[in-house]
Amino acid sequence: MNSIVNHEFIIHIASFGLILIGFYIMFTQKNLIKIILGLDIAETGVNIFLVSAGYFKNHTAPIFSKAGLSAEQMTDPIPQALVLTAIVIGFGITALALSLVVKLYRETGTLDVSKIRGLKW
Amino acid sequence: MRKFFSLLLLLGFVFYISSIIGTILFHEDFFHAHNVGLQITENAVKQTGSINTITSVVVLYRGFDTLGEVTVLFLAALGISLLFASGKKEKNKIEDESFILKYGSRLLYPFIILFGIYIIVHGHLSPGGGFPGGVIIATGFFIILITSDFIKFNDKLLSVIEGFAGLSFIIFGLIGLFGQDNSFLANFLSTGVPGKIISAGIIPFVYAIIGIKVASELSGAIGTFTLVKQEGSKNE
Amino acid sequence: MLYLFLFLTLIMLISAIAVIFIKNLISAVIVTTVVSLVASILFIFIAAPDVAITEASIGAALTLVIFIIAISRTKEDDES
Repeated sequence: MNSIVNHEFIIHIASFGLILIGFYIMFTQKNLIKIILGLDIAETGVNIFLVSAGYFKNHTAPIFSKAGLSAEQMTDPIPQALVLTAIVIGFGITALALSLVVKLYRETGTLDVSKIRGLKW
Repeated sequence: MRKFFSLLLLLGFVFYISSIIGTILFHEDFFHAHNVGLQITENAVKQTGSINTITSVVVLYRGFDTLGEVTVLFLAALGISLLFASGKKEKNKIEDESFILKYGSRLLYPFIILFGIYIIVHGHLSPGGGFPGGVIIATGFFIILITSDFIKFNDKLLSVIEGFAGLSFIIFGLIGLFGQDNSFLANFLSTGVPGKIISAGIIPFVYAIIGIKVASELSGAIGTFTLVKQEGSKNE
Repeated sequence: MLYLFLFLTLIMLISAIAVIFIKNLISAVIVTTVVSLVASILFIFIAAPDVAITEASIGAALTLVIFIIAISRTKEDDES
């Protein structure tokens, strides 16, 4: 690495910062919709971290669009393929969690976590 | 007090994990030492015939993970319909619609669906594939669902389409198993010339099936979420 | 190029921190959509175009829609 601040360091800070903020929102907020927002932010952070595990400096995308590209100059394709399905599954989880929140609102009439009996925080 | 302690705990956790991971990854020789990705990239065009390496990894080299993802999406859509099972469908009608909303959406949705079909069909030639294409088709369907009256939300038809798509994905895998290669999801069609649309064996057909499945599933889930009401609720 | 990268990352982190302090729920959801969109741009810097298309179409379009439908069905602001 040439200097301390380069691309990999910034991606590192971004992904772990998002995971930290997402988990902090999930621990300390009281509104149920904000807790699901924290879940969404944490999932985005994890996906950024997984894709950055296959990135090296000045390498390009793994698509052979021209004739003269070599495989030595490409990034790793396996983390990108796994993150592709992980993003779609994350949306499915968010949709299911929000339908649970709507059902909970219909049963108890409030969205505040500390007021719902049985969820003493 | 709770906030301060949770912040302290999370900061300690993040520093510990990132100090471990920083010594393993982000080194230049990591790629060449653990070279599964390098070998896949070198041999992908010869073995599968698809230009896009990620598509051949998702469909052929890692086909079981795609099967698991299809299962998880099916379970999520099933959970959403179960939670709204006791409601009744309402007509999709927005009061005092403006002119731009009503006719702009009717003008726009064929292009959105066409763009989604384009991204699905060219999955092995350019970035994209079945997953984002199916999501774009679901978005176009959702626009026309909540602003117009001429499409009814027919969840039985959507579930039949989704079932057939999942079934044909399994049948493609079983043809590979009982054919000549004796492995699930083997490439039993010829690879053809890389760069043409009909090439790369079973990849265009499998990705089209996955795109149809994702589109119908997400349309059904979002349609149930929007249009099913229950008694005693104060909705607008 | 490096300073553009740093600037986008700062926008993303500041938007994520702002979710804690915003009381109106719809504003909080829009700020989360900003986080998803900047993450989609970062995926292009990492040379992953497939993941960028998927994240932009799911994180910005479908997640926003489903959050707004859920908020309109529960109709309560963040009072705490």
